[in-house]
Amino acid sequence: MSETDDMGCELALKRLLEFIDHELSDSEQDNVERHLRTCRSCYSRMEFESRLKQRLSALSGDDAPTESRDRIRKLIKGF
Amino acid sequence: MTISKEAFETQVLAILGPLHGVARRLTKNEADAEDLVAESMTRAWRARASLAAAGAFRAWIFRILNNTFISERRKALARPREELLVDESGEEEGAFSIFERLHQPFLLWFANPEQEFLDKLLREDLDRALAALPEHYRVVVVLADVEGLTYGEIAEALDVPVGTVRSRLARARSALQRTLWNVARDHGLQTSRAASTHR
Repeated sequence: MSETDDMGCELALKRLLEFIDHELSDSEQDNVERHLRTCRSCYSRMEFESRLKQRLSALSGDDAPTESRDRIRKLIKGF
Repeated sequence: MTISKEAFETQVLAILGPLHGVARRLTKNEADAEDLVAESMTRAWRARASLAAAGAFRAWIFRILNNTFISERRKALARPREELLVDESGEEEGAFSIFERLHQPFLLWFANPEQEFLDKLLREDLDRALAALPEHYRVVVVLADVEGLTYGEIAEALDVPVGTVRSRLARARSALQRTLWNVARDHGLQTSRAASTHR
């Protein structure tokens, strides 16, 4: 069965960041995904925004400094 | 529910890295970040009865961190509350997209300037761009993109409706891209063609 793309680029781009964040409803998520399969420009935009988000996400992951960890442990012990 | 001291400690220590990371990006200072986390944990313990469910711990504790930051800063600046309220009306010069600046469809098979832009970005470029954002934008991008909170959790953490998270995040990301673009320009990262064409 062939897929139909009911979504234009304008609407797809409007939903793109929420699509990347997985914050759309299932049907909206499917609609954007269908559009991306047929539109090279929107797909490239999605790749760019996803990679930028990944770069930002890679800034996390640092653990708290040991001094801070010890300080919080002591603090909680005193509660 | 009332959380036990042991459970509180376990939950706090499990997300102390992200808490400290957000605190550092809010205060822009390591020592102040440590103080902010410590003060927030004290307030959180005092307010433990307000924790609705164990599963809501992350959003709840980030909310206390954010509120503590706001109230501490308000004290430090001795400013009236009004000045710290966020104006949600269009304060920007319009949406900004690095992709739109750089994407060249006819080059698709030969080069990919927007991906090349990302490849050249250093961690410190991202740190600098985040630090340059206005506070209410910085916090929403850090919670969503750096720490990976859901829109619902961010709404809870910032005490705003989910719709406000969506719109503020969209504006914040646009502002971040504008700042990144300028950071890149200042460090000669953009192609000379792109930098001279788009100011």
